[in-house]
Amino acid sequence: MTAEFVQPDLMPALPEMVMLAMTCLVLVVDLFLPQEKRGFTLLLSVLTLALAIGAVALVAPASAVSSFGGSFVLDQLAVVLKIAVCAITIMVFVYSRDYLADHDIYKGEYYVLGLFATLGMMVMISAHSFLLVYLGLELLSLSLYAMIAFNRNSLRSSESAMKYFVLGAMASGLLLYGISIFYGITGTLDLTQLSASVKGQMAEHPVALGFALTFIVVGLCFKLGAVPFHMWMPDIYQGAPTSVALFIGTAPKIAGFAMAIRLLVDGLGDLQVDWSQMLTALAIASMALGNVIAIAQTNFKRMLAYSTISHVGFILLGILSTSANGYASAMFYTITYAITASVAFGVLLVLNRKGFEAEEISDLSGLNDGNPWYAALLAIAMFSMAGVPPTVGFYAKLSVLQAVIQVDMVWLAIVAVLFSVIGLFYYLRIIKVMYFDKPMAEQTTTIKEALDVKILLSANSLSLILLGVFPSILMAYCILAFS
Amino acid sequence: MTLTLSHYLILAAVLFSISIAGIVINRKNIIILLMSIELMLLSVNLNFLAFSHYLNDLAGQVFVFFILTVAAAEAAIGLAILVVLFRNRGSINVEDIKELKW
Repeated sequence: MTAEFVQPDLMPALPEMVMLAMTCLVLVVDLFLPQEKRGFTLLLSVLTLALAIGAVALVAPASAVSSFGGSFVLDQLAVVLKIAVCAITIMVFVYSRDYLADHDIYKGEYYVLGLFATLGMMVMISAHSFLLVYLGLELLSLSLYAMIAFNRNSLRSSESAMKYFVLGAMASGLLLYGISIFYGITGTLDLTQLSASVKGQMAEHPVALGFALTFIVVGLCFKLGAVPFHMWMPDIYQGAPTSVALFIGTAPKIAGFAMAIRLLVDGLGDLQVDWSQMLTALAIASMALGNVIAIAQTNFKRMLAYSTISHVGFILLGILSTSANGYASAMFYTITYAITASVAFGVLLVLNRKGFEAEEISDLSGLNDGNPWYAALLAIAMFSMAGVPPTVGFYAKLSVLQAVIQVDMVWLAIVAVLFSVIGLFYYLRIIKVMYFDKPMAEQTTTIKEALDVKILLSANSLSLILLGVFPSILMAYCILAFS
Repeated sequence: MTLTLSHYLILAAVLFSISIAGIVINRKNIIILLMSIELMLLSVNLNFLAFSHYLNDLAGQVFVFFILTVAAAEAAIGLAILVVLFRNRGSINVEDIKELKW
């Protein structure tokens, strides 16, 4: 059995290669920098991500191209999602700086791990074989485990890292087991060949295919954080340093969405009857449990975790409608959710300072008195998460519901709307606490924030309104990705 | 009696179930959790090898090399987190991991 070695076309992977080379550079350069010049590492990291965005734009093809024997694909979906991931990571890095400095964890490793995680996400987004999906996922997960444990003197931080590690490794194991069964049935790891082969095997091995599919869906939903595989999320959001929680809560969701599309739609599209039923149950459970339990939370980070779970339910709604329209709206939902979550965590990071860890909802009370601008930015994010027009959250929910109704699942749309109404309660409570509650002593002092953070955070938050009024700016690309 | 594909698959499935049980039921020691995770990955490897041999296709064996490599990195990170946790908590008992809930 000999195979001719064919030199693969390296151009489609240019962004990943740029990222890898630059990340190694950041790793080495950081070693030679004294602590007071740590800002240079940040600058270099942001430059890396900007270069990666540039490289993505440079190699963006008119139609999908694949390389490395079909295991790597660059299409419109990959281009949009990669740019989104890199842009959000830039915001994460900039917002995190002062928090890290205040908590004595302003180290280069944060940026190096973050860049490797981003590389893992980019690989996941472009992956078109089981092997590459797995490697991208592990590169992301391993970096995240280390980032959570980054604040090594904090008990909560190390405890949540341990929990995420054990559960994450278990999820990878489940995913791998599913992959191994699919490999056995179809004899291929490539998603394009898999798709062709599954069609032929459906009559012969229906039970084995369903068995393997279950493992894949479980592994996938664990990474996305859908109920009942959500147990890790609240603990990790609360336990991890807020800057890491910001990272985990935003960009990896986009990568998780890409993984769902690659595996379920590209690879296992012929089994869509089976997986869309599974996802229906998971989506309803996520929306119900996420929205109801979030009401009982007093910790803002934990509340955001439960809110994320309910939003994952909405993303699954778009995917399970198994139409190009549904996928496009799920993609729109995922990207805009990541932008919204970065505002919520960004404001929380701004409120943190030396010796004061803002994470309880009561820490936000009277925020409007001392810092009306940040209160307004957070209010926009809360309205967007709740789905109040004219913010983007409204349009994202609307388009997902439209896709669900188009495939005659009106009852599901009604359930989704009911749970969003329940969700409205805890988002509005944040706004009530900020504007009408008596301020705490800490909040009356005006926050002195670095100018770049203020500008970026403001732009980030105001973009929620801009996208809400002109959703087609982003929606056009999402529709293009699935046409 | 000769060993057929299904023997290997059953062995792998049994090992996989033992590892899941080890993670879910275990209430004692975190090291046992890490061992269960390794066992889980190894049972998947066995699956891949059996299929690879049976299908006469090398891709499965290549996948096993990657899983082994990732498992090594994962074990390193897991143990590192365990050391950090032990320094902060002074115990590696699963029951003591209760700082964060609800």
